[in-house]
Amino acid sequence: MKNLYTLMALIGALFMAANAAATPATDAEFAQFKSAGAANFSAEHGKQNWSKEVASKDGEKRSCTTCHDADLTKPGKHNTTKKVIEPMAPGVNNERYTDQKKIEKWFKRNCEWTWGRECTAQEKGDFLKFLMGAK
Amino acid sequence: MQKSYKLVALLAGALFLNSGSAMAEEGFWSWLGTGTIDGWRGVGVVPVDSKQYKDECGSCHFAYQPGLLPTKSWEKLLTAEGLHDHFGEVADLDKDTLQTLRDYVLNNAADKSMHKIAKKITIATEDGEAPLRITEVRYIKRKHNDIPAKMVKDNKDVKSLSYCNACHTKAEKGIFKEDTVSIPNYPDY
Repeated sequence: MKNLYTLMALIGALFMAANAAATPATDAEFAQFKSAGAANFSAEHGKQNWSKEVASKDGEKRSCTTCHDADLTKPGKHNTTKKVIEPMAPGVNNERYTDQKKIEKWFKRNCEWTWGRECTAQEKGDFLKFLMGAK
Repeated sequence: MQKSYKLVALLAGALFLNSGSAMAEEGFWSWLGTGTIDGWRGVGVVPVDSKQYKDECGSCHFAYQPGLLPTKSWEKLLTAEGLHDHFGEVADLDKDTLQTLRDYVLNNAADKSMHKIAKKITIATEDGEAPLRITEVRYIKRKHNDIPAKMVKDNKDVKSLSYCNACHTKAEKGIFKEDTVSIPNYPDY
């Protein structure tokens, strides 16, 4: 019995380590993406999309890295106002992904500005997984 | 009958006091001797006192004080459609946040304020179409007229008059007086 407890604690610890950046807000986000039909979220896809360039109406190429740094541990800079954007990596900026409303607000705004449309639940899930895993 | 006269007089008195207090603010504080501390002296517009406004608007740009534009300008800017194309940016807000911020800003717009800069802006925008940019306000333009382009547009640390706080070191406090200006790369100006 004691062994079983130890094993459970070990599994629990492993699970927590793998989800180091998970917060109630991100749990709620993933639950929402899943209920919208998305599954198998991939940090790799998120990473690819992070630097994917899409041309705006006036032909300007835009990607997430237009304003955020490709290195998530580094701060970015707003394309127009030049205001500093704090790093996206939760390891460096522990305020990240703690407020579901904020996550949704910025997904909506930034997907529309960058890609000219809202992101799908799958794309958002991939992004979130990629961003949360950044050290 | 007499009683109701008294009531009216009392009400009128209360109203007068209320509207007068904003006007007397600067004078009062300097009279009190606190004038030399930059708390109140030279405050041209009321500083932002809404944390939500500071957070929402200030996450992308300088949180311009509501007193820097008249009501009719803010009314155009702060709508769902207006924010969806906010000078080329998508700045959507959820309905409740938009309503709260809109109420806050409209209640504190230039024409609701007795502060010096707010009053000047109100007068400058009374006629004609409502400006959407603070930098389009006649008074603001005139105030910056004599500053050469090399110090603003062609100054890599300034770029545009939109970045109030690039030069106005106390912009956040609503203070824009000349002796608080420090232009990056032009220390002697």
